[in-house]
Order: sequence, then structure tokens, then C-alpha cells
Amino acid sequence: MKTEKIVASRRTLITGLASAGGLLLAGCSKELPPTYGNILRMGDLLTYQSQRLLLPSNSLAKEYDRRDISSIPAIGNTNPADSHQQTYNAARGSAYEHLRAGGFADWRLSIEGRVARPGTYSLTDLQRFPSRAQITKHTCEEGWSAIAEWTGVQLRRVLEAAGMLPGARFVNFYAFDDTADGIDMHDALHPQTILAYGMNGRELPVPHGAPVRLRVETQLGYKSVKFLQRIVVTNEFDDLGKLGPLQNGWSWYVGI
Amino acid sequence: MMRGARAGASAPLHGLVQPRVQRRILPVRGDSDVQPGQPPQIHASGPRHARWVRISHWIIATGVVTLAVTGFVILMAHPRLYWGAAGNDLTPALLELPISRNHHHGGWERSIPFSTAAGSAVSAVRTYDILNENSWGRSLHFLAAWFLVVTGIVYVAAGICSGHIRHHLLPRAGEFTPRLLWQDLVGHLRRNNPPATGGWPTTGAAPYGLIQKSTYLGVVFLALPMMVITGMAMSPAITAAFPFLSGMFGGSQSARTVHFFVFATLVLFVLVHVSMVILSGFKRQIRAMTLGS
Repeated sequence: MKTEKIVASRRTLITGLASAGGLLLAGCSKELPPTYGNILRMGDLLTYQSQRLLLPSNSLAKEYDRRDISSIPAIGNTNPADSHQQTYNAARGSAYEHLRAGGFADWRLSIEGRVARPGTYSLTDLQRFPSRAQITKHTCEEGWSAIAEWTGVQLRRVLEAAGMLPGARFVNFYAFDDTADGIDMHDALHPQTILAYGMNGRELPVPHGAPVRLRVETQLGYKSVKFLQRIVVTNEFDDLGKLGPLQNGWSWYVGI
Repeated sequence: MMRGARAGASAPLHGLVQPRVQRRILPVRGDSDVQPGQPPQIHASGPRHARWVRISHWIIATGVVTLAVTGFVILMAHPRLYWGAAGNDLTPALLELPISRNHHHGGWERSIPFSTAAGSAVSAVRTYDILNENSWGRSLHFLAAWFLVVTGIVYVAAGICSGHIRHHLLPRAGEFTPRLLWQDLVGHLRRNNPPATGGWPTTGAAPYGLIQKSTYLGVVFLALPMMVITGMAMSPAITAAFPFLSGMFGGSQSARTVHFFVFATLVLFVLVHVSMVILSGFKRQIRAMTLGS
């Protein structure tokens, strides 16, 4: 009992010191992706901070002509309802199957976290916002690229409608395929960062993330989360556990 | 300028079997540039590289090897090269490299066209589980790139300020002629060039040969900068800010293809460079580039 108490009080002391250290470093703690002491993640962090420091804000990724649209493979999870996919969650998968059968009429995108007006948006709600169409290049981490036209609503408009609270720094996206990923406010407010419901003039096909996917044109393809279910605005960095890229060994920031 | 190679020019076959010792004692190139007080002979103890040259050499060497290995790992995930802005498994390739099981795999669902027009862009679902080690491969690639870029900038700045580049790497006035280049090449092939390693006259060691100088200059000022530029030309964030980076290559896939060919050139350089180190006295050369003595 006594040992436990000593351990407990030591832990309290350490926690206290750590918190004090955290306060001293206020402005740094949990506002950057963690490195876990991993040298690869330190390199990623250096790239992220250098690009935020050195690159001008809101430069637009090149937009192409309609005749430049190329063929495009569908990779990763191409159907959240398919139990053979590498990322599959039975509950989310069957929910997706149900929504798809109904033409996504019952699909709702939930906006939560550090917003004044959390709520849900249907596909029609999103289509009521002014739309943006952009013919851009999808750059896959594997090394290939493809050009497609994406139509959707600027994420910025949806976030403004929900009313971001002061201190909001990150926007995290949860998907039906049992994955999640996040971006910082710099990329979230970028004019070309859209919630896309159309592709090449049609509704977004299932293998490409129906009914709505994210498009982040200033990062690699895997940041453009498909099959959106939930958007969470946060003040602090969240590595999203097993759903996110970091704990699976992938870099969080891939502006490269 | 007296060169052993000239003597053998009238009897080429004879030149190959002539004892090498005889050539070693001939005056080395650059003898007319001897300045007062500078010893004209090669130091028996071997050449001396400045400490910053030695440190930056090994950081850059480690960086280049790491970049080559991780770059190859990244290429294995998609061993196809293209020209232009876009290119993928559903578009024709410029070059396909049979370096991983991802090469020519048939794991695709039926492709679906986006429109009814002839030649319409298509999409297909990939069903094949590809080899992909890019999670650590990419992060290690960029980490090594940081070491290379930072050390490279320090090297070039120090090289300009200290006169290392001017004295040791830039060919002297009138030295860069086809005749002298040919002589240097013949000398290399006949293996009768003196092992020139340190940079003369400031260190008292034999100067670099003409091909050696041109190659080092090419690696420092052409190949490595080209790797960095073509690398950045593939970055979505950097090309959004500076579109000319990929534009000047005709698209980021073209830049990726150039990146590959410059990589291949650098691999060739490393192979020849290491061979020359071995042929000209491995222990002595490694000593010179590590201990500096």
C-alpha cells in the first residue's frame, strides 16, 4: 500500500512537472504532429514547418483544361461495404450499404467539435452552397498521377456556416471505410480544398468515395479522404489512433 | 606538357605493357603552375582534405546512398515512367521497369469510361495488393534529402569562400581542351595517371585530373541540384506555389522521369568513383577522406 502511494505521488509529481513544462511550452504543445521520438517523423515535421514558413499561402494548384482529363485508377478502399477490403468495419460497412441502396438520400455529414453550430448536412444541403468545379491533378504517393474534374463545395464555406470557434486549428475527417485523416486550418481554408460530390461531370462514383470525398489539392492523394461520414474541428492535434496515418507509419503532412 | 601517354602514342600496344613505374616518376600535370615556396612533388604521406570537405563528403555520401536506396523502394511501388503531367496504370508508359511484382500485374476490374465519346478517360478498380513500402521509404527519402540539401548548401558556400572550388575543381585557363581531355581519358584507360586526390597547390597534394574535375563539378553543380529541382517539381505544395518548377519539365511526371535518369547517372558516378578509389589505393584514399592524412 505504502509503495503504491509513493508511486502514485511520484506519478503526480511527474505529471505536475510535465504539465508545468507543457505550460512553459504553451503554443507548442499538441499543436504539431507528434514525432514519438521517431527520426522519420522528425523529418516529416521539419518539412511541414519549413513549407508553412517558406511557401506563400493560398497558392492555387494548377487547374487544367477539360481535354487534359486522364484515366484514373481507383485504389485503396473502393467500397466500404465490401468485407474483403483492407479497411473494413462491419457497422460502418452495413450502414454504408444501406445508404447506398437509398441513393445516399439518407446520408448525413456530421460537423462537430470546435464549432458554434454543430450539425448535419445532407447531400442536398451541401449542393445548396455555391459550387466549385476544378480540374486538378491527383498525385498518388505510389508515384502515379491523374487529372480529373471535381465538383463540390469549398470546405471553408461549410466551416464558416458551422461557425468555427477561436483556437480551432485542425479539421479531422472520419470515413465509412474505417479510416480517418486530418489537415491543418491552412489547408482546410484553402480555396481549392473542397467537399466533392461530383467527378468528371457526374456524381462521384463509389470507388472514388461516394457520396462525398475531400479534395486537398496541395497534398498527396491519400489526404483526400473518401466516403466522408464525420468532420471534427479541434484545437489540438489528434493522431486519430489506428484510423489515422501516423500510427500506421505514414506521414501526416504530405505537401512534400 | 610531357605526358607518358604521348610516348606510347606511336606504339599503342607497346604502351599497355610498359612498366608503370616509369610513368609514375614523370612530372605530374600542373607543373608549370608551381608557385614559389610550393613543393612540386606529391607528398609521400598522401594528400590532405580540409576537415569540412571530409565531413561534408561523408554526410553527402550517406545522403546519396540513402536517397538511392529509398528512391528505388519508392520506384518499386510504381515502376512505370511517363512524360507530361499525368500518368498511371491506365495510361501508356514511356518506360516500364520490371523491378517489382507491381510490374504488369493484372489485378483490375473492368474499366468504365467517363463518357460515351471515343477515347474517353476510364476508371478501373484495382484488386491487386501491390508491393508498397513507401510509408517509411518516402519519409526516409525526404529526411536524407534534408541532410543532402543543407550539407550541399554549406559545402558550396564553404567551397566558394575557401577557394576550394576555384583552386581544386575548376579547370585552369586553357586546361579544358579536347586534346587534354582525350589525354586524360587515355591515361585513365591505361591506368597510368598518378593518383590525384588532394587538390594542389594549397594542400601540396597532386591536383585532380581534368575528367575528375569535370565530373565533380558536374555532380555538385548539375546532377545533385537537378535531383533537388526535379524532386520539388513532383511536390503538390511546392508546385502550387512555384508552377514553373514542373512546367519547365513539361509536367511532374516528366520531372519524375528526369529524376530517375539523373539518379541512374549518379549511380554510375558512384560506381566509377568507388572503383577509382580502389584502383588508386583504397586504404590511402579512405585515410585521406577520413583522417585527413
